[in-house]
Amino acid sequence: MSHTETHERSLLGFWIYLMTDLLSFGVLFATYAVLSPNTAGGPNAKELFSLPFVLIETLILLTSSFTVGLAMLAVFKQAKQQALIWFGVTFLLGLTFLGMELYEFNNLIAEGASWERSAFLSSFFTLVGTHGLHISVGLLWMAVSMVMIWKRGLTPFINSKLTRLALFWHFLDIVWIFIFTIVYLLSYV
Amino acid sequence: MFGRLSLEALPHEWYTLGAVVSLGLGGLVAAIFLSKKKLWGWLWNEWLTSTDPKKIGIMYIIVALLMLFRGFLDAAMLWFQQAVLNGTSYGLSADHFQEIFTAHGVIMVIFVTMGLMFGLMNYIIPLQIGARDVAFPFINSLSFWLYVAGAIFLNLFFVLGGDFSSAGWLAYPPLSGLEYSPGVGVDYWIWSLQISGLGTLLGGINILVTILKMRAPGMTLMKMPMFTWATLCSMVLIVSTFPLLTATLVLLSLDRLIGTHFFTSTMGGNPMMYVNLIWMWGHPEVYIIMIPSFGIFAQVVSTFSRKKLFGYSWTVASLIAVTLLSMLVWLHHFFTMGAGANVNAFFGIMTMIIAIPTGIIVFNSIMTMYQGRITFGTPMLWFLGFVSTFSFGGMAGVMLSVPAIDFQVHNSLFLVAHFHTMAIGGALFGIFAGFSFWFSKITGFKLNEKIGKAAFWCWIVGFFVSFVPLYVLGFMGATRRLDQYDPSTGWQSLFIISFVGLLIIATGAFLQVLQLIHGFLKRNENKDLTGNPWEAEGLEWSTSSPPPDYNFAVIPGTNKIEEFHMPKNTPIGIYVSGFVFLVGFGAVWHIYWLTALGIIGAIICVIIRALDEDTEYKVILK
Repeated sequence: MSHTETHERSLLGFWIYLMTDLLSFGVLFATYAVLSPNTAGGPNAKELFSLPFVLIETLILLTSSFTVGLAMLAVFKQAKQQALIWFGVTFLLGLTFLGMELYEFNNLIAEGASWERSAFLSSFFTLVGTHGLHISVGLLWMAVSMVMIWKRGLTPFINSKLTRLALFWHFLDIVWIFIFTIVYLLSYV
Repeated sequence: MFGRLSLEALPHEWYTLGAVVSLGLGGLVAAIFLSKKKLWGWLWNEWLTSTDPKKIGIMYIIVALLMLFRGFLDAAMLWFQQAVLNGTSYGLSADHFQEIFTAHGVIMVIFVTMGLMFGLMNYIIPLQIGARDVAFPFINSLSFWLYVAGAIFLNLFFVLGGDFSSAGWLAYPPLSGLEYSPGVGVDYWIWSLQISGLGTLLGGINILVTILKMRAPGMTLMKMPMFTWATLCSMVLIVSTFPLLTATLVLLSLDRLIGTHFFTSTMGGNPMMYVNLIWMWGHPEVYIIMIPSFGIFAQVVSTFSRKKLFGYSWTVASLIAVTLLSMLVWLHHFFTMGAGANVNAFFGIMTMIIAIPTGIIVFNSIMTMYQGRITFGTPMLWFLGFVSTFSFGGMAGVMLSVPAIDFQVHNSLFLVAHFHTMAIGGALFGIFAGFSFWFSKITGFKLNEKIGKAAFWCWIVGFFVSFVPLYVLGFMGATRRLDQYDPSTGWQSLFIISFVGLLIIATGAFLQVLQLIHGFLKRNENKDLTGNPWEAEGLEWSTSSPPPDYNFAVIPGTNKIEEFHMPKNTPIGIYVSGFVFLVGFGAVWHIYWLTALGIIGAIICVIIRALDEDTEYKVILK
């Protein structure tokens, strides 16, 4: 079986997987939409979220989507050093994003606004947390990929996997844009 | 250290102890047999670690048949309770009765029909499209082992005790919430579905890509055999709806594990949202198991009528219509929820509309027989049985789609009779038809037609004898899921008739086992030497029975004998499933270090596999 054939199949399979993941997120978004008014006497979204903080988070994630694009350009040019640098930058940006999210979660829990407080907070933590979990998986994937680029170089085998990693990362970016809009921005309307 | 798992949790009722002993003895006998014959290596290298879709298909079928045996025993216990033990003190306790009907539903839908369908698809689809393999052989093995892990969860309480969920096959909260089901039963149910559902989702992606990307040259979409078309539609439904199941189960288990309030009745939770979400998966799910049968029947009827399928393109269009519409009817499962007249009317009308493409599929099959030279082989009998039962149950379904009627018979035995007519007369008869149709292709020998036909007659007669009384009982107001009905209702004779029907069905099932044993013993006399015993059309009949590992020496539509690569066997699918099993096991019993261990182990296995570049071997045909 030739490499292009395998690559094409894997790519289609991965696209379908991304769509299934999107549907899972769809359930979480729907759940948030239904449950967000149900604060059970606890704090609501407007009282809890700090928009400037989340805006910085968002910009960091968007930038990481740009840098992963640069990394893929380097991969297609077979520039190993450059690819490693841009994946490294993406990794650090992703890690910062994750750190900020955990910091936000920590603050909320400290204020007594944990997932046990109300259905609204349950759905908030699950939706945003699931995205964070995906980011963690992406970071692990990226770390392993960087070791592989460093050890084995940019072979067709590795490049095919990197293409899917980049897709995954862009996908998480798109999901975050929806989270930013629906969870954070709409709470200010 | 061991969470909720303590000595008191271990089994101590006679039926669980009996199961432990018989499972242990059975395992011991199998182990001694394998050791004596020195078959361990063969079992591990040739079968368990196999990435060959044909072998994976056979393993799916074996596991599903074992589950069918258990699901059938469950059904027999329920029936016996209602027909014979009603009102006596010997019967099942109400709790136990509830656990059994829950297990029966989950087993039959998720593990029997899905397992048998995936088995047939794995074996037949690559052959039908002229491919050597599926798109992702390793993921195929992983899907199968995740399915097995899910099946083990469903049977685990026999060995480890605790209880099984008594909340029905879809576990509605708040009943399935922590407050009303504090035991491990609902957790067993969640992880059983979650893990096998993951396998189904991966399998769905795999077969979808296989059909879309790996057809032999010249096989355009509109030249695909009907079973391939039906499978394609069914897989589209899997990838569109199983993610909903995964997410919904996560939410339910979060409610039970970390105290969130999605579906609780306090703190703003909304139990009815669960009912919506689970049926958004659950309704398409019943079409996922039904649609492949349509494809099987279309091929069977055209083979046994010696004619091309009547209205091929209309049948394809109808399959697609059913696929799409099946995602728009879920609310008819709970008209009584109180969503309002307009919402109920919408879903009622959508449900009626879906009967139109379904009708086209059935009528096209019937029209295929017109002016054909019909022979009545066993698969053809199953098809005729399908036409009668499915039309019968379909009309009951259209009745139920009218919200006003549904209010009268909601949650009654009428409903139970309706969906059993569809599931048995539709999906299961389809599987039996496919099984008898392709049996010689899979094993290389033919089955005795006489025994097969006798089995069919037992099934169809037994089916109507057991389920028509349930329709009647439902009309008279018999609520489902009860272990006792008061004698003053005067219903007992109908329950007894229904039980007699079960005995007739059991005779049919016994004959099927007999047919298998008979076929196996006489396998050398009934060899399928032509590879095409029914003189059917299709690429799967153009290769030998059973086909070689690589299916076709020359890919149909090409004319060069080439070198090609086949996937190596790998045990990693088993390891990953084993670790995923530990994740679930730890979550059920609150042994969190085990969950962590399982997650880490599964991740490491996946990484090892992902980085392995040496996964194929070269085949050179001389």
